[in-house]
Amino acid sequence: MSNFTRRRLLKTSAVAGGALALPTIFTSRAHAFTNEPTGDTVMLGFNVPQSGAYADEGADQLRAYELAVEHLNGTGADNGMLETFRYADGSRTVLTGNGILGKRVEYVTGDTQTNTDASRASARSMIEKDGAVMITGGSSSGVAVAVQALCQEAGVMFMAGLTHANDTTGKDRRANGFRHFFNSYMSGAALAPVLANAYGADRKAYYLTADYNWGYTTEQAISEATEGVGWETVNKVLTPLGQGDFSSYLTPVLGSGADTLVLVHYGGDMVNSLTNAVQFGLREAQANGKDFQIVVPLFSRLMARGAGENIKGIFGSTNWHWSLPDEASQVFTRSFGTKYGFPPSQAAHTVYCQTLLYADAVERAGSFNPCAVVEALEGDDSLPGIDSASNRGFVFDGLGNGPTLYRAADHQCFKDVLVVRGKEEPESEFDLLEVVEVTPVAQVWYEPDHPQFAGGQLGECNPGA
Amino acid sequence: MDAIILQVLNGLDKGSAYALIALGLTLIFGTLGVVNFAHGVLFALGAFCAVTLQAFFSASFSTVDESRTDFLGNPLKVEVPYVEAWFGETVGGVLIDWSVPLAILLAIPVMAVVGIVMERGLIKHFYKRPHADQILVTFGLAIVLQQIIKYFFGANPIPVPAPDAFRGSFDFGVMLGFDPFTIIYPYWRLVYFGFAAVIIGGIFAFLRFTTFGMVVRAGMADRETVGLLGINIDRRFTIMFGLAAVVAGLAGVMYAPIVAPNYDMGMNFLVLSFVVVVVGGMGSLPGAVLAGFLLGIIESFASMGAVIALIPGINQVIIYLVAIIVLLVRPRGLMGRKGVMED
Repeated sequence: MSNFTRRRLLKTSAVAGGALALPTIFTSRAHAFTNEPTGDTVMLGFNVPQSGAYADEGADQLRAYELAVEHLNGTGADNGMLETFRYADGSRTVLTGNGILGKRVEYVTGDTQTNTDASRASARSMIEKDGAVMITGGSSSGVAVAVQALCQEAGVMFMAGLTHANDTTGKDRRANGFRHFFNSYMSGAALAPVLANAYGADRKAYYLTADYNWGYTTEQAISEATEGVGWETVNKVLTPLGQGDFSSYLTPVLGSGADTLVLVHYGGDMVNSLTNAVQFGLREAQANGKDFQIVVPLFSRLMARGAGENIKGIFGSTNWHWSLPDEASQVFTRSFGTKYGFPPSQAAHTVYCQTLLYADAVERAGSFNPCAVVEALEGDDSLPGIDSASNRGFVFDGLGNGPTLYRAADHQCFKDVLVVRGKEEPESEFDLLEVVEVTPVAQVWYEPDHPQFAGGQLGECNPGA
Repeated sequence: MDAIILQVLNGLDKGSAYALIALGLTLIFGTLGVVNFAHGVLFALGAFCAVTLQAFFSASFSTVDESRTDFLGNPLKVEVPYVEAWFGETVGGVLIDWSVPLAILLAIPVMAVVGIVMERGLIKHFYKRPHADQILVTFGLAIVLQQIIKYFFGANPIPVPAPDAFRGSFDFGVMLGFDPFTIIYPYWRLVYFGFAAVIIGGIFAFLRFTTFGMVVRAGMADRETVGLLGINIDRRFTIMFGLAAVVAGLAGVMYAPIVAPNYDMGMNFLVLSFVVVVVGGMGSLPGAVLAGFLLGIIESFASMGAVIALIPGINQVIIYLVAIIVLLVRPRGLMGRKGVMED
């Protein structure tokens, strides 16, 4: 027994203790549902990447969460989009800046590290230790799907942040989870006509794809949509997340017969792969008698900033942009810009909206019980333009994307999609993307059982207790 | 044929980085007998010297331009770099543009000091301890240094552009008689390869042709005898540690425009560089260089589309496969001395 040291004893007992403690997370006592707020505050958990390839997006999401909390508590310099948030009948949101159901909003933050294990661990800690009644965040669809499943088991709400894979509201959809952000399918449906218009219908595309669920569904969505307008797919190559140097993946592109490169990368990966592609002369090259082109399906201003000059003229899609002229977008940009000194990103916008949408649903439901909140977010309205039996849900306006449907069938938001292009002549350091087209929702919607989303079941809402 | 030339070229820049880091590792292992897991982070520190100098030159003050407005409709704040205000736009612009090559001048003293402080302050106390202890302490040190970098520079990659003169790429294919756009290679990677060749040549010349180098080589062969001859070998070995740190740092400085520096970039290179050292032969300097380039080129061949189509994922494991084979067939490595790691 001589090597059964104190350290070892501590380690063993910690592991054993952890194992014993585990099942109790999911069994609350004497409460109607998990983490029912009993005092005068309510705890929300903001779970975002604070390190790794998506850390920039994570930092901006945290800023937006803090702003949303200020607005909900009525402690901010202004009331942000609480002023513009409207229901289908045109009436104002019931939120008044007096917390949620009169309880002051508090929050904890976690670092997902863009890693499913780390993100689940931090979500679990927020639920178990801090008593969070709602978890929100993302920036990686791998993380979003993992945390959404955990929240479903634990009986708390999950309001997805930036997650773009079809799976989040497709095969991995859950009753306790909701997504405001758009998805891969919508990007493909919006981008393909614009690309065909700009580069012609006779193109051969080469895909470099991030090796996880977002990459797979985006590659599928873009290739199917562009093949629909006449393009041909030459090759699809998976690249590891956080690769750094993409040169060995890029050099075979020019010899492959392709004349278009689709970079299914996001965040720091996209900055590196695009920079490498430009270094290797892809933007000056000729192939099949045409100018070689690069497409980045999911764009954000933060990535545009990282990629600098390289982004100019490149097409992509985005969920929201600060330069949109509608009142809500301007109010949000002013509110965020005054507090932080720069405009918000699409990542910031979507998480701000999700926080408000959650708070509003709780107010309307009159309860923090996840099942009541799910019911309030499901609704039974319809959105003009896509009015059909499957497209029923909660309709709202005034959050920056025009009239929007939270579809009850899969908990996905349906709204117009922006096709953007890297701006050739930026007027300021934030003026990096120009909106080329606002694709109407009627062109990007799909049935809940569309093949790219098939196989998922929402199941029953889970209140935990 | 063009694809083969392309992959050889491709392997050269990565191989250069592996060779430079592995060279430093081998110098430290050969002289001090220490397995230095903090060596990768020295590479990262070098890259961050480039980041720091770029930030220093770009440091700016803001003036208000009343004629233009920002995104909120307020008068536009224009950032003017101090260097442009002090030395005029031309000289200031050149300083900012050339911050990466200029960072070499910053990195040499910084890395030498970091290396010497590391050796005197910490690693010296672990000479007589087992390799496992050395690995633990240097690995811990690496984590601490990484977190310090993260604290000051954040977790995101920071793009550091090469000077304008070296941006863009070079069409090798046309020169060799292929079609245009078949073999394209960025100028800066050529510069990197040339730079690595000069540094490697310099180190070898230093060890071969100077008295200092001769003593160090003698010390590497038999430390005790050299000590008995009345030579203070410890002091020289400390200097060698500083030199190894400088080499890793310079490799990092020049690598910054190739991949945007990130606080954990060192770890990726560290693991691979250890494999390089093992494949080349523990303690063999020419072995480290040879294995560095060899593995860089093998890795880039393994990432060819045709090869991946044949064996999916091979590009991720090829280096370790080579290491396993070398260790099974020739445990002392390609150019290791007989007996090393074989007892």
